[in-house]
Amino acid sequence: MDSQNKALLNYCISLGDDSLTLGHRLSEWCSNGPFLEEDLALTNVALDFIGRARMFYGYAAEIEGKGRSEDDLAYLRDCREYRNFLINELPNGDFAFTMSRQLMVDIFDMGFFEALMQSSDTRLSAIAAKAIKESRYHLRRSQDWIIRLGDGTTESHERTQRAFNELWGYTAELFEAPKEEQQLIDAGIAVDRVALKATWMSAMRAILKQATLELPAQDWAIGGGREGQHTEHLGFLLAELQFLQRAYPGQQW
Amino acid sequence: MNQQNLPLFEIFVRSKRGLDHRHVGSLHAEDPVQAMDYARDVYLRRSEGISVWVVRSSDITASQESDVESFLDPMDDKPYRHATHYKLPKEVDNM
Amino acid sequence: MTENTAPADPRLAAFEEKVANDQRIEPKDWMPDAFRKNVLRQMSQHAHSEVIGMQPEGNWITRAPTLYRKVVLLAKIQDEGGHGLYLYSAAETLGTSREEMVQALHDGKAKYASIFNYPSLTWADVGMIGWLVDGAAIVNQVSLQRTSYGPYSRAMIRICKEESFHQRQGYEATMRLAQGSAEQKAMAQDSLNRWWWPSLMMFGPHDSESAHSGQSMKWKLKRESNDVLRQRFVDQTVPQAELIGLKIPDPELKWNKERGSYDFGEIDWDEFMQVISGNGPCNRQRLQHHIRARQDGQWVRDAMHAYELKRQARDAA
Repeated sequence: MDSQNKALLNYCISLGDDSLTLGHRLSEWCSNGPFLEEDLALTNVALDFIGRARMFYGYAAEIEGKGRSEDDLAYLRDCREYRNFLINELPNGDFAFTMSRQLMVDIFDMGFFEALMQSSDTRLSAIAAKAIKESRYHLRRSQDWIIRLGDGTTESHERTQRAFNELWGYTAELFEAPKEEQQLIDAGIAVDRVALKATWMSAMRAILKQATLELPAQDWAIGGGREGQHTEHLGFLLAELQFLQRAYPGQQW
Repeated sequence: MNQQNLPLFEIFVRSKRGLDHRHVGSLHAEDPVQAMDYARDVYLRRSEGISVWVVRSSDITASQESDVESFLDPMDDKPYRHATHYKLPKEVDNM
Repeated sequence: MTENTAPADPRLAAFEEKVANDQRIEPKDWMPDAFRKNVLRQMSQHAHSEVIGMQPEGNWITRAPTLYRKVVLLAKIQDEGGHGLYLYSAAETLGTSREEMVQALHDGKAKYASIFNYPSLTWADVGMIGWLVDGAAIVNQVSLQRTSYGPYSRAMIRICKEESFHQRQGYEATMRLAQGSAEQKAMAQDSLNRWWWPSLMMFGPHDSESAHSGQSMKWKLKRESNDVLRQRFVDQTVPQAELIGLKIPDPELKWNKERGSYDFGEIDWDEFMQVISGNGPCNRQRLQHHIRARQDGQWVRDAMHAYELKRQARDAA
């Protein structure tokens, strides 16, 4: 496989992994939400992300051309082969942590998919066109929640501030460009994520201000997701996700 | 412990262009915008609508059954308001 | 002086005439207090069942064996939650609140379908719950579409439209296992062995033993008897099991040509009583889960309310 195709394959797998890990985390809220309407809303968002994962994995499998399926990619790769950003694999924590993480991802996704819609790869631009409609709704939700929680009670304010402080260092990696992606960016296929940072930052500042929250200190960063260097959490996530396929190999479900 | 109820909202959906909004049920939310978002998750999972109204339940005034006699019945004794009242020859009955 | 001994109450007569004519009773209509209490009990317990039912199935979302099964299961459970919402919504038309109904559930005063007090131990249970439990629920709910209380009837119609997908996906998942490897087939058979009798118990006691049945039938809240519905479920399900090579765990199951129906064994009513009175395998766990989720969400609901008050104050200023 030539170098650009290999890069494109990894790109699609990365985007699939981002979507699946976050979708999986969101699905854990089922029957655990703070009230029934919110339970339904969270699982709707989870469905959107898992649906996205299927689209990206499906395209990746075609590019690879070795007959692997979306399930082979999701269920039969170990942590070191997963390429998602770390922020997506972190456990849900409390509702403030979940929605703070969601806000960071949603603002990013809006910028990312808007740019990806311009991709010279028609498959990716089509996926982006669908995803951005979903992300618009996701962002409306997460934004409203952070403002309510930040400017709600003392307890909700403290929980949300703590969440932002704990999550902040995981956002740096969203705006770093791995070397492999450069040729895709040059070919007009992939998004230049470095260029998304300024807009993301100003949107984040505005919401934090309205939510009466402080911008966290920018003095730490943890990354490595695209290189398969994950937090210890991913192992447990995959153990649960992959259990049946690993325990009963090669079966149809 | 503060057991505040989230306010109740009634949800009305227009399923297709040209139809009226129909009452489909209710849900709890803090404000109309949130009610609108939840209406999507609760009542529109299968894209059953193109327009949604949310109304605070407390804003709805409903007629009482006992009112029916004086309030609604007089509307019922004027059959000449209904097309079926008028018998026309078969040839023009599709009016 | 009760309404029965007073000179004929025109409101009661009007109510009874509506019921006799298969007309719907609507929220603002006059209704006997006992009717109101009965329909409220039925709707709120039905709602609680949908919500508690999210737990045994929800257990398997993170372990669903394919992405397709994962999204289908998530969508199905979302529907269950949504059905709970339609029913709470219908119940609130009678002047109660979600808060009151949930409190009754937590206090043990309100019940929910006993079937959800059984554990989902294997992936096969997910399909089995869809096929059997939703199958039984559909038999019940189709009948309830003609219930006499308007909002309940409309909620049932809405629910029935969505419910058949649930049973179909459950049967499909079960079929895949039954036609799969020896291990998968054994998993499916084991699951059927555990869920068959509890599914029959979903229809409740024989009508002669049921405290509420008589009055519910008289008021057309309930349209058909427990035993009739249970027989219908057995008759429709046995061929479905035979088609995929699974064996119903009932040595007395036999086709009765004269009746045109299956004869089947007697339910273990001791087990039934144990489970509905709180001593089933998962009663405590299911309730604790619901209580904990609600408690954990208290600060969120408080924050929403506090923000709304602040916002109103700002708008007024």
